Amino acid sequence: MYYKNPKYRIFYFINSIFLIFISLLCIFPLIHILAVSFSSGAAASANLVSLWPVHFTWDAYQKTLGDNHFLLSIWNSSVRVGLGVTLGMMVTLLTAYPLSKIGAREMKGRVWMTWYFVFPMLFSGGLIPFYILVQKLGLINSIWVLILPGLAGTWNIILLINFLRALPRELEEASLVDGAGHFRTLISIYVPLSMPAIATLSLFVAVGHWNSWFDGLIFLSDKAKWPLSTLLQTLIVMPDPTKLQNNMDPRILENFSQQTVKAAQIFIGSLPILAVYPFLQRYFVKGIVIGAVKE
Amino acid sequence: MENQPLIEQQKVIRQPKTHFKWGKNIALYVMLIPGIVLTLIFSYLPMGGLVIAFQDYKPWLGMLKSNWVQWDHFAMMFLRDDSVQIIWNTLIISSAKLTAGLIIPIVFSLLLNEVRQLFFKKTVQTLVYLPHFLSWVILGGILTDLLSSSGLINSWVEKLNHGKPILFLADGDWFRIIVVISDIWKEFGFATIVFLAALAGVNPSLYEAAEVDGAGRWKQTLNITLPAIAPIIVVVGTLSLGNILNAGFDQIFNLYNPLVYSKGDIIDTFVYRTGIISGGFSFATAVGMFKSVIGFILIALAYWSSGKFANYRIF
Repeated sequence: MYYKNPKYRIFYFINSIFLIFISLLCIFPLIHILAVSFSSGAAASANLVSLWPVHFTWDAYQKTLGDNHFLLSIWNSSVRVGLGVTLGMMVTLLTAYPLSKIGAREMKGRVWMTWYFVFPMLFSGGLIPFYILVQKLGLINSIWVLILPGLAGTWNIILLINFLRALPRELEEASLVDGAGHFRTLISIYVPLSMPAIATLSLFVAVGHWNSWFDGLIFLSDKAKWPLSTLLQTLIVMPDPTKLQNNMDPRILENFSQQTVKAAQIFIGSLPILAVYPFLQRYFVKGIVIGAVKE
Repeated sequence: MENQPLIEQQKVIRQPKTHFKWGKNIALYVMLIPGIVLTLIFSYLPMGGLVIAFQDYKPWLGMLKSNWVQWDHFAMMFLRDDSVQIIWNTLIISSAKLTAGLIIPIVFSLLLNEVRQLFFKKTVQTLVYLPHFLSWVILGGILTDLLSSSGLINSWVEKLNHGKPILFLADGDWFRIIVVISDIWKEFGFATIVFLAALAGVNPSLYEAAEVDGAGRWKQTLNITLPAIAPIIVVVGTLSLGNILNAGFDQIFNLYNPLVYSKGDIIDTFVYRTGIISGGFSFATAVGMFKSVIGFILIALAYWSSGKFANYRIF
């Protein structure tokens, strides 16, 4: 066999070392930030911290979590994720179910309907018309501007359509023959059967909502309504003059400019993602491959 | 799915013979209403709003009463130095990202595919997929901290560079390099998923036959593995061409500053600043529309050709 060849063994050894190195490189920045957040301010600004805390202290976390604005934004993000996932999955299911019907007997015009949902994925009006629309709808400063536009996400609909199609048709036929309508069939037969797909998509939608920051920045002028990602964006990213003049309170900037506090904020911001990551990972490989290389 | 016997697959595709009847099926159309309405409002209405690219739009006059200026804004786009520059910046940054973003995941999946200990392989995968899920706000914060002139990386650089720091995020050329490297760092792991799936699908008997013929692992990779995954490489490469004008708004926005506008400003960040910050709605819409139209043509071509040549369909 090829792997008993001494040359290949040398390659295998070097390759393993290389892969370990690259893997560590992927998490090095996170570990560094974690180490900084638990270090003393002096050690951090003197660049003494690389991967392990120097002069261990909880100070940065006490300061961060003692700030009401920060806590409020965590609450706002949680509301956003909760609403976005619940309503989003409802709309996605309701849209994907009819479009998953293959037979022309049930769904006339299915192909046209599908194109109606796919076209926005290919072409969009862009930022400015969208901004004007949101203004006209009176959604500025409302939490709904963060939720409504993403409810009918095309990519999620397509993934769910492909999943529903793989379920046996006989179940649906039996249910319809027994007198159930399509709504009943969807809720009692399809929803329980597609729980794995729903769980996967929910996690993806939740991560998407947690990470979104731009919509909050341009559509919410009231900072008390900001989700955490938007607040973090203005606090930790290099202050840009164009952003400063708009919505920056100099006092906030001053309070949060210390390196260790920034690190603590960054880590708290990524914590929910790290927490759901093991669950995400179990599903996404499958989901993506099914979506990408459909047989 | 690919292991299913042929007869099973035919059963799935089978078309029922009876004709379409309304009756119960009205419910199916009712179900579509929320999705249709939301998509109409938030996706199709903004497309109608593109008319302001041909107007001198004034918010207090609205779309109906603003003056028409035909193609003036588009002509202006190719005359103004800054807008021509951002188109070049976008093309340079995104083509570097696309090229490296195709080659590096392929090489990495080939290397990872050699690993035979399942636990080791899974651990590597877990670690390299992770950055994909962190937002550019988080990563932008980490990178500006690491790369600033007084940051950790520069404390190492100074030792090698005679005490002088490198201005990674304040020098235009370095900024582009950092943008490309950090994007690859974030996304290469996730991009390997599709290649690893293709590698797992290569028929093992081909390797066994090559083994009998005395081919080494390198020869096997060149003559079996690469040809086997060539179609998926073509598909991924073609589809990514549709993104040539997307140089990554989230990333640039969270890393850039006025010092690097000349080399790091891209179409999307430019649209944001000229439109929403400075109120030049019409000009910004024209620039955005230019991007949307070119993007649409490229994506349509990409889907069409990958459907034609590699038999790829999204639905």
